[in-house]
Amino acid sequence: MLTARQRLVALSGGGLVLAALFLFVGLAIARLVALGGWAAALAVVTDRYILGVLQFTLFQASLSTALSILFAIPVARALARQRHFAGRIWLVRLLAVPMGLPALIGALGLIAVWGRQGIANQGLSFLGLSEPVSIYGLTGILIAHVFFNMPLACRFLLIGLERIPGEYWLMSASLGLRGRDVFRFIEWPVMRRILPGVAGLIFMLCATSFTLVLTLGGGPKATTLEVAIYQALRFDFEPPRAIGLALMQIAVTAVILAVIALLPAPEDRGLTLGKPVRRLDAGRAGARLADTVAIGVMLVFTALPLIAVLVAGLRSDLMKLVAEPIVHEAALTSLVLSLSAGLIAVVSALAIVHAQQAAAGGGLLLRGFSLALAASSALVLLVPPIVLATGWFLMLLPTGDVGAFAAPLVAAINAAMALPFVVRLVGPAFREHRIRTGRLAASLGLSGWARLRLIDWPGLRKPLLMGLSFAMALSLGDLGAVALFGSDNLMTLPWLVYSRMGNYRTADADGLALLLGLICLALTVAGTLPRAETPEEDRNR
Amino acid sequence: MTAIRLENVALTLGDKHFFFDTEIASGAITAVTGASGSGKSTLLNLIAGFETPDKAFPGKMGTGFPFGNATKSSMGRILVDGKDISRLHPAERPVSLVFQDNNLFGHLDLLTNIGLGISPSLKLSAADRDRISAALTRVGLGGFEKRLPPTLSGGERQRAAFARALVRNRPLLLLDEPFAALDPGLRGAMAALLCDLHRESGNTVLIVTHDPDEVARLADHALFIEDGRILVAAPVAEFLQRRDSPGLAAFLGANPA
Repeated sequence: MLTARQRLVALSGGGLVLAALFLFVGLAIARLVALGGWAAALAVVTDRYILGVLQFTLFQASLSTALSILFAIPVARALARQRHFAGRIWLVRLLAVPMGLPALIGALGLIAVWGRQGIANQGLSFLGLSEPVSIYGLTGILIAHVFFNMPLACRFLLIGLERIPGEYWLMSASLGLRGRDVFRFIEWPVMRRILPGVAGLIFMLCATSFTLVLTLGGGPKATTLEVAIYQALRFDFEPPRAIGLALMQIAVTAVILAVIALLPAPEDRGLTLGKPVRRLDAGRAGARLADTVAIGVMLVFTALPLIAVLVAGLRSDLMKLVAEPIVHEAALTSLVLSLSAGLIAVVSALAIVHAQQAAAGGGLLLRGFSLALAASSALVLLVPPIVLATGWFLMLLPTGDVGAFAAPLVAAINAAMALPFVVRLVGPAFREHRIRTGRLAASLGLSGWARLRLIDWPGLRKPLLMGLSFAMALSLGDLGAVALFGSDNLMTLPWLVYSRMGNYRTADADGLALLLGLICLALTVAGTLPRAETPEEDRNR
Repeated sequence: MTAIRLENVALTLGDKHFFFDTEIASGAITAVTGASGSGKSTLLNLIAGFETPDKAFPGKMGTGFPFGNATKSSMGRILVDGKDISRLHPAERPVSLVFQDNNLFGHLDLLTNIGLGISPSLKLSAADRDRISAALTRVGLGGFEKRLPPTLSGGERQRAAFARALVRNRPLLLLDEPFAALDPGLRGAMAALLCDLHRESGNTVLIVTHDPDEVARLADHALFIEDGRILVAAPVAEFLQRRDSPGLAAFLGANPA
């Protein structure tokens, strides 16, 4: 329902964003390849150090994925089975918290709980265990990855389990299926369909994890490709090694993305209007005990670090901290950066979605264009922020002052990072909006500013603000891009937290972490709230 | 002969009160009718064990629970062949179930689905497998052992559910609108199959239905439930003539046929 002119505008907008994105990412990769070329690629596969880093990256990612999923299965099962207890809804919400928490803040909380002076080790030594758990090194990385990804897996599994028709549970009770039969014949088949996709996602997140490995990794033995890139550039200043590592990282993400694409997508079979779910097996003593243990362990494991961040933050001198000029400056920088990144991401996402809509149903050329638009998300995922930053860092090195370009680059990298998520948030809302209003607006001849003001902005305001909020949270919490460029010129809140952590000014770090964590959580909550269903309103429209 | 006796069975679900005190004839097909939300499925749920009768029954309809001194005689009981089953787990009750939909676990083949009716941990002997194959053949699905439910039509899935009831061989068969999701043309054939299976096994059948034709065609007795209580319980010939309430009249048609 677009006039030829509207269509042209939509398509060129999408083309522009696509070109900018490919240029932005492509130039970085081209720079890496040009500087390193085949020599670097060859050097990479023979370099023992790099191979060691690669091995550790994949090893910790596999273990993290396995542990997250093994932990998530009993918790999801317990939450699905125990449908009525006080605070259940808050437990389910708690599972969403790590997703919105900057990795750095999570790391701080985990250090408080699992560190040498932490509650966990105090408890263990109280029990007579002399060997303390070390939060640094492989153990710490695994704990942190499980802390962030177990809840994610749990949410996916719970959604799957809650979609099981109510009749299944009545039938299984009537047939006399016991706990292990229910797991074997009902729960596991459902989980098995979901798990490959979830495992792929978690593996991807763990293989490209930067902040957690940077803060918790211990030396060259426990470092991942991303952190090794950072060290090669910032400490050892060995660009060739950084290039080799960056190319290796792209190869690894390419393989992971390809595998994820091959994995069966979770089936979306049509839901019949079944009976309401009633879990008669929830009351059995064995089930109750197992579920209480699973939920209790999850609660302690997930909530303790959050509480630790809260308590430590409140103990710090927040008033003094808020009055510090450097904090003001960092807050302002973070705000400007995240707002820019958020706006770029939202406008780009809108242009992409709009162009996709305009290209739909077109000829071969338009279909190819539509595919390229869809592939833009994959491109961003293929080239992790650190790699992107490395490419640009090396490109700007000859200018002599990389720091001068830091701010716009960090904003652009953060925007690119957020783009796939914002497209996913805005896309369905945009299509729905167009289906609802497209024909009417066209028949009334509404276009241009009037249409934007009267039809599109009121209808799309909410998803766009949600996308903005989510992108801002992502950018505010990001340490990766800033770490590479960060200098005294560009002090963001996460970078300030990180440097105060390193300078043994941990009380300051705790206070700032609390503030940053709260802001990011609030933005994430605003960005991911389920859209209110208003069928009545729709019908009247 | 009485197969099922509900004695002073009271149940409160949210703000809805149910009260059943009735007898259901043995070896017959009894149709359960009534408006949606009147309590048809609740009656089946009580017998199947998905709901447990309240400890004390309300003194007067709608007044809730006036007394705390419930005595044993005032507690609702459900008896099957004289045995109190009210506190038994659903699996221990002499009952087979067929719902409108989702009777079969969608990701398991028919052999497994029906086998679970024999052994909940799927320990099946060669004889059990033969029984399953025979039951499938009996309902017209011979050779369908390895088929998955999503590859079957709605009618075929309900036939498979019947096959499971057949191998379970329980004296009571509870059907909750089993044909409601099927095309009208199919319903007749399915009803005929149900009648045949019933005649062969002599089991007691309780079937919830929205369809007065189905009542006339299938049932020996019929109940009409209104606002959580049984308003009419009668042999089917008499039932079809009754017009006790506007609700029943609306269900059967204004004038007796």
